[in-house]
Amino acid sequence: MHGYDTLIFELSSPGRRGYSLPAPDVPTSDPAEILPAKHLRAAPPELPEVSELDAVRHYSRLSQLNYGVDTHFYPLGSCTMKYNPKINEDMARLPGFARLHPLVAEANAQGALQLMWELGQDLAEIAGLDAVSLQPAAGAQGELAGVLMIRAYHLARGERRTKVLVPDSAHGTNPASTAIAGYRVVQLKSDSEGGVDLLDLERHLDEDVAALMITVPNTLGLFEPRVLEITELCHDKGAQVYMDGANLNAILGIARPGDLGFDVCHFNLHKTFTTPHGGGGPGAGPVGVKAHLEPFLPVPVVTRREDGFELDWKRPQSIGKLQAFWGNFGMLVRAYTYIRTMGPDGLRAVADNAILNANYLMKRLEPYYDLPHPGPCMHECVFSARRQKKLGVTAMDVAKRLLDLGFYAPSTYFPLVVEEALMIEPTETESKETLDAFCEAMIQIAREAESDPRVIHDAPRTTPVRRLDQTLAARQPNLRWTPPRG
Amino acid sequence: MRYISNTPAQQTEMLRTVGAGGIEDLLSPIPPKARLSRPLNLSAALAETDLVRHMRQLAARNAHADDFTCFLGGGVYDHYIPSPINHLISRGEFFTAYTPYQPEASQGTLRTIYEYQTMIAELTAMEVANASLYDGASSLAEAAVMAHTPTEGREQLVISRGVNPLSRQVVATYAEGPALRVKEVPLGDGATDLAALQKAVSGKTAAVIVQSPNFFGCLEDVQAASEIAHQAGALLVVATDPVSLGLLAPPGALGADIVVGEGQGLGVPLSYGGPNLGVFATRTDLVRRMPGRLVGATVDRNGRRGFVLTLQTREQHIRREKATSNICTNVALCALMATIYMALMGKRGLRKVGELALAKAHYAAEALTRIPGVRLRFSAPFFKEFVLQLPKSPERVVRRLAKERILAGIPLKPFDRSLKDCLLVAVTEKRTRQEIDAYVQALSQVVA
Repeated sequence: MHGYDTLIFELSSPGRRGYSLPAPDVPTSDPAEILPAKHLRAAPPELPEVSELDAVRHYSRLSQLNYGVDTHFYPLGSCTMKYNPKINEDMARLPGFARLHPLVAEANAQGALQLMWELGQDLAEIAGLDAVSLQPAAGAQGELAGVLMIRAYHLARGERRTKVLVPDSAHGTNPASTAIAGYRVVQLKSDSEGGVDLLDLERHLDEDVAALMITVPNTLGLFEPRVLEITELCHDKGAQVYMDGANLNAILGIARPGDLGFDVCHFNLHKTFTTPHGGGGPGAGPVGVKAHLEPFLPVPVVTRREDGFELDWKRPQSIGKLQAFWGNFGMLVRAYTYIRTMGPDGLRAVADNAILNANYLMKRLEPYYDLPHPGPCMHECVFSARRQKKLGVTAMDVAKRLLDLGFYAPSTYFPLVVEEALMIEPTETESKETLDAFCEAMIQIAREAESDPRVIHDAPRTTPVRRLDQTLAARQPNLRWTPPRG
Repeated sequence: MRYISNTPAQQTEMLRTVGAGGIEDLLSPIPPKARLSRPLNLSAALAETDLVRHMRQLAARNAHADDFTCFLGGGVYDHYIPSPINHLISRGEFFTAYTPYQPEASQGTLRTIYEYQTMIAELTAMEVANASLYDGASSLAEAAVMAHTPTEGREQLVISRGVNPLSRQVVATYAEGPALRVKEVPLGDGATDLAALQKAVSGKTAAVIVQSPNFFGCLEDVQAASEIAHQAGALLVVATDPVSLGLLAPPGALGADIVVGEGQGLGVPLSYGGPNLGVFATRTDLVRRMPGRLVGATVDRNGRRGFVLTLQTREQHIRREKATSNICTNVALCALMATIYMALMGKRGLRKVGELALAKAHYAAEALTRIPGVRLRFSAPFFKEFVLQLPKSPERVVRRLAKERILAGIPLKPFDRSLKDCLLVAVTEKRTRQEIDAYVQALSQVVA
């Protein structure tokens, strides 16, 4: 166990410093001579005073309190925690990309604009769509952009539709983005196979429905078998169909959202296209559309002209801007690098191996955990710990025990439609050896649940801290450090 | 395929375990009509050396701040980034982890976020900061939407034209869903016209939104804006440049209810405008309306200090359509950059950055306005950025100076037609007297 329990503030010593700044080379003036006193800060902010080594050692030691993909198998379902290639990092750090200001004249950013244009083309081809905006900063912002485009499309046709249909198995961002875009969310039931319940869909599908938003493959790791019927049903009623592209990794080169009838789809570059997850971002959530929605794309749109590339702002029907500049460009460089590294055959192999790995895990674990929706699955599988729960061991307990056995945990309690859910996504980058070791751990836990649940309830024991008191954290919020009194 | 680990022999063995004859068997749930019947039409795979050559060629076509002297601002700036930041954030344990859903195996990320929240609260003089939003503009938009609820559903936003026009566009996008109406208030001499602000605000106003230093570099009378907002029962939202707050009075001390900002200057690379860092801070009594992740301190079952994501009932994965925001993934790694930056700069370093930028910007403004025909467009006090009025087309000036490897500034015509003869110039602590003098020299030749 690592014993490190220090915050940077606790290392502070008055007068110590960790920065290097040049001596003033212009006639220095006292700020008080330049600015009126009311604009100046009275007392300095209480930031720590540490040396460079203090900071380097502190953050290095903090990093060691984390599990990451580089150090541990990270089967967090729905998050596609695949390996993040190191070459991507080198490319994103080339000064021509990392040190480029967004407001240079377009003539001085032709390499960056070309990269963005080509990436947009590639994503459109991968998804079978006609146009892509790279601007959304993450999947949830891609969803917001997509729903706002759908809204603008209906309004442009003089239709004020008020509802969006979202299945009960959806990611929480789907209903949240929809509500923020001004729509009423209507929840659809899943059928017994985990797909969209067609009867429930038809019951709710009327002229007031602006869109249906579904995830393909869905959050149970299953391909929606009647997807073609579903998109057609929606279109018959004048509704648009949005695909949450969080699980796109499973269908690269196999099936394309546009061919399935979807009008809009967002991409999580930090899932399918290997940009790092960074402890919770930054991600990137480009959004692709069919031609009829293209006029509504966020501004500016990267466009190719005869003599080069430009940012096109003259788009009167655009939904506007989502972030100040053009997108999370650093992430776009990484995704572009990855697509160029893999090529079409490589991307297809990604999907094949992601599916094979997930099915292998599912098969090996099926005797030990309940599988509410039998496969074959796509890129992930969802087990239920309900059998273990009868023995007093919950999905959360299984997750904590895995930490002790050297693995990060699957997603737990999601999707909401599965009791005691354990959602496992191995990704294509993991080897059979790793999957076997993980299966052995899961099997061990299943056995412990029967023979020695105490060891599970005690878990985790090898992590820097033991189970944490969530209730205390929420009841008495302590959201910042304060110096000890006295 | 170096990113796929399994050998063909292992794949065969695994297929046998699964009971499938081939991958095709596993794809059976996909209706044949839904299948793509051809390979994707993408460029063929490149070996690493070929790929690097290609990427270097693309990168070489960009005028970046290592090869050009950068006087560009408008929200993001060429500030000093201490070397340890890139080394530390590149550690795989930080870089390749995700949102800390399992806190026991994520204490590194959780502790850095707790430190970040503390530092941002200190810097802005607010009670509580969140773990980050996407960028300064979307933070401002989230603040505007958030103000709607505690003001009992008031639907009007009053926003100064001193707020970055790009951020104002994002506010307009986010205001669309909840049908908030946006009213803009003009500037006087570089800063918000307070009489016009007073007139625009009413009992329907949810939030008054100002930016200081504003888009044109000028400092606003935040205190006065606060009095106007609060008299009407509205919230005051202040967008700021966190880098300035080592030196300048923090919005929290001037009556702000929500403080947002673009945190890029706190150690985040320019990267053609993203990813950036959305700073968001507010008062404790508004915390349950706040968007984004929050980390809180608690104890483990042995009574040992530990950290967790908390107050999650605000968030989309719990509250779904009733969440305060749809945000999930934010920019944790950029927040980590800022945390390490603030740790290294400390209490005194950030003030020094402010002093240097202030002095150099004023030196540059004075020297540039000695050129005949060049003058300062506004006379309000400014920090590190100012607006020059030029006797020649700013677009042409920018093109000519780029030939001298100087990025002279941002022509303001696309942002405001009445400023079509103006250039926005930023001077950070990194600019040297020599660079500024070279700029003055080059500009005087172009406008002569």
